[in-house]
Amino acid sequence: MEDNAIIIPVLCPTAGKLGRTWTYIRISHCIIRVRTVELDELARQRGEWLRGSGPESDIVISSRIRLARNLADFPFISRATEQDRARIEKALREAIPDTENGAKMLYVDVEQLGAVDRQFLVERHLISREHAESQGARAVAIDPAETLSVMINEEDHLRIQVLFSGLNLTKAWELINRVDDRIESKVTYAYHPRLGYLTACPTNVGTGMRVSVMLHLPALVLTRQIDKVFRSLQKISLAVRGLYGEGSQAMGDFYQISNQVTLGKSEERLIKDVVDIVPKIIEYERTARQFLIKESQENLHDRVSRAYGILRTAQTISSEETMHLLSSVRMGVNLGLIDDLEIPTINELFLKTQPAHLQKLTGTELDTADRNIERARFLRRHLNKDSGGSATRN
Amino acid sequence: MKCQKCERPATFHITELTGGKPYELHLCEEHAREYLTQPGGEPASATTMAAALAHQLAQQMVVGQTAEELAQLDQQACPVCGITFHDFRSQGRLGCPHDYVAFEAQLGPLLLNIHGESEHVGKVPKHHPQGSEKRTQLIRLRREMAAAVAEENYERAKELRDEIQRIENG
Repeated sequence: MEDNAIIIPVLCPTAGKLGRTWTYIRISHCIIRVRTVELDELARQRGEWLRGSGPESDIVISSRIRLARNLADFPFISRATEQDRARIEKALREAIPDTENGAKMLYVDVEQLGAVDRQFLVERHLISREHAESQGARAVAIDPAETLSVMINEEDHLRIQVLFSGLNLTKAWELINRVDDRIESKVTYAYHPRLGYLTACPTNVGTGMRVSVMLHLPALVLTRQIDKVFRSLQKISLAVRGLYGEGSQAMGDFYQISNQVTLGKSEERLIKDVVDIVPKIIEYERTARQFLIKESQENLHDRVSRAYGILRTAQTISSEETMHLLSSVRMGVNLGLIDDLEIPTINELFLKTQPAHLQKLTGTELDTADRNIERARFLRRHLNKDSGGSATRN
Repeated sequence: MKCQKCERPATFHITELTGGKPYELHLCEEHAREYLTQPGGEPASATTMAAALAHQLAQQMVVGQTAEELAQLDQQACPVCGITFHDFRSQGRLGCPHDYVAFEAQLGPLLLNIHGESEHVGKVPKHHPQGSEKRTQLIRLRREMAAAVAEENYERAKELRDEIQRIENG
C-alpha cells in the first residue's frame, strides 16, 4: 500500500503524455492501473455531431462520410493473426498524419480501454459498436475537434470517418479525400484496377465509401408516414438505419440515411444521390409538422409540454424514455412551442444522458437503477432555469 | 495470500484506480493476465449485413447447382490466405485481397447482385494506380516462410525471405 501511495502522483503526468487511456505501472509483482485524462476531457465537450449548427440543422443533425481501406500486404482482419494485427496497427499508426491545423491526433488503444470508455466513444460516434466489442489489437485516432476519427483493425484495416454538424457532405468529402491521400502516400492500399478498393466484405468494394446523413424526423413518425418514406428510399438504393448504425433502433426519432451500393458509382455521384434526396425528406418532415400544428395544435402543444414537464421533474428516468421525450421537446423548440430552450442545449442533453456519458461525467460506475436516478438529477439541473445549469444558458 | 479467484498463491496485487474509490485485487499470474486483458462485454455478433449477404449467396448458389458441385466449390481455397469458399460463405467476410481474384467466378455475379454494377468508377490511388497484387503476394510468401521455418527447411525459408525483401523494397 505504501508503495502505491508514493507512485501514483509521480507517474500520472507521464501517463498522460503517452496518449493512452490506461497505463500500467509494474514494480515487481505490484501492478497499478492508472486512467489518464484525455477521454474525460472529451466528455465535457459538446462533440461535433450534436453541435446543432450548420445548414438545415433543425432536421439534419449531422453529415458523415467513411472510407474503408486495407493494406495490400496483410490478410483481412478475419484471417489476421495477432502478429498481423499488431503489425497492421503499427504501420497505420505511423501513417496517420497530424490534423491539418497541426494538432496531434489523440491515439486511443481500444483494446486496453475499459467497457465504459469504449461505450463512451460509441455514444460520441467516434468508433462503431463492432469496434468497441471486438477483440485483439485495435485503435482509434481522434482529432481534438472530433470531426475526424480513424479506426484501425475494425472490419477493415482502416476506417476513416469525417463528421460534420448539419448538411455538409461536400466539405466532409474534401477533408476525408485529403486525409486518405496523405495516408496512402505512406502505405500501399489493396486495390484492383477493375474492382477498386478491396474490402473484407464485398458490400463495401469499389469506393469503400459510406455517405450518411442523420435526420431528426419526429413529425413523420407521429403522423405514421415514416414507413412510406423508407420504402421509397429503398427503391432508389438508399439504406435507413437507427441512431447507432447497422441493426440499431431508431431512438429519439433519429434516422441515418446512407448509400447502399459502393461499386460502379464515383464518390461525387454517391454523395449527390444522398444530397439530392435530403431536401425532399426535409420538406416531408416540415409539411408533417405544419399539418400537426394546423390540425391538432392543442394536442401537439400538450404533448410537447408534458414531455418537457416530465424531463424537468422526474426522479428516475431511463435512457430510452429520455430520448423519446427530448425528441418531442426538440420538435417543440423548432416549432416555437417552447421558447426558453435552445437546440444545442437539447442536442447536448441527448448525448450526455447516454449511459456511458453519465458515468464519465459523474466519475463513477453506476448500475442501471443508479444511472436512472442520476440521469433524472442531471436533467432537472440542466432544464430548470433557477438552478443556473450551464446547459440552459443562452 | 491466496488468489481471489482460485487456490493458487496471489503473486499479482492490482490497485484499481478507475472508479470513484481505489480498490485492490490479489490474483495469481493467470487470473491477473485474464483480468488485465479482458475488456469485458460480449464479442460483436455477426452484423445484419453479413447475414443478408450469406443468405443472398446461398440463394444464388442453389440455383442451377447440384449438391456435389456445391461441395466441390466450397472446398476451393485461396492460394494466398488459405480461406475456403465455404469459410467465406458462412462468415460473409473474405480472407485477403487476393480472394477477389481467386473466387472471381463466384464473386462476379454476387457483386453484380449487390451493386448492380461490376466495375469501379471513382478514386484511384496515386501511388499504385495499376493495382497492388504484387504486394498482396507478400501474404502468401510470409505464410510459406513461416511453414518452411516450422519444417526446419531453412534453405527454402531463406529464399522466401529474400523474395519478400525484394518485393518490400521494390
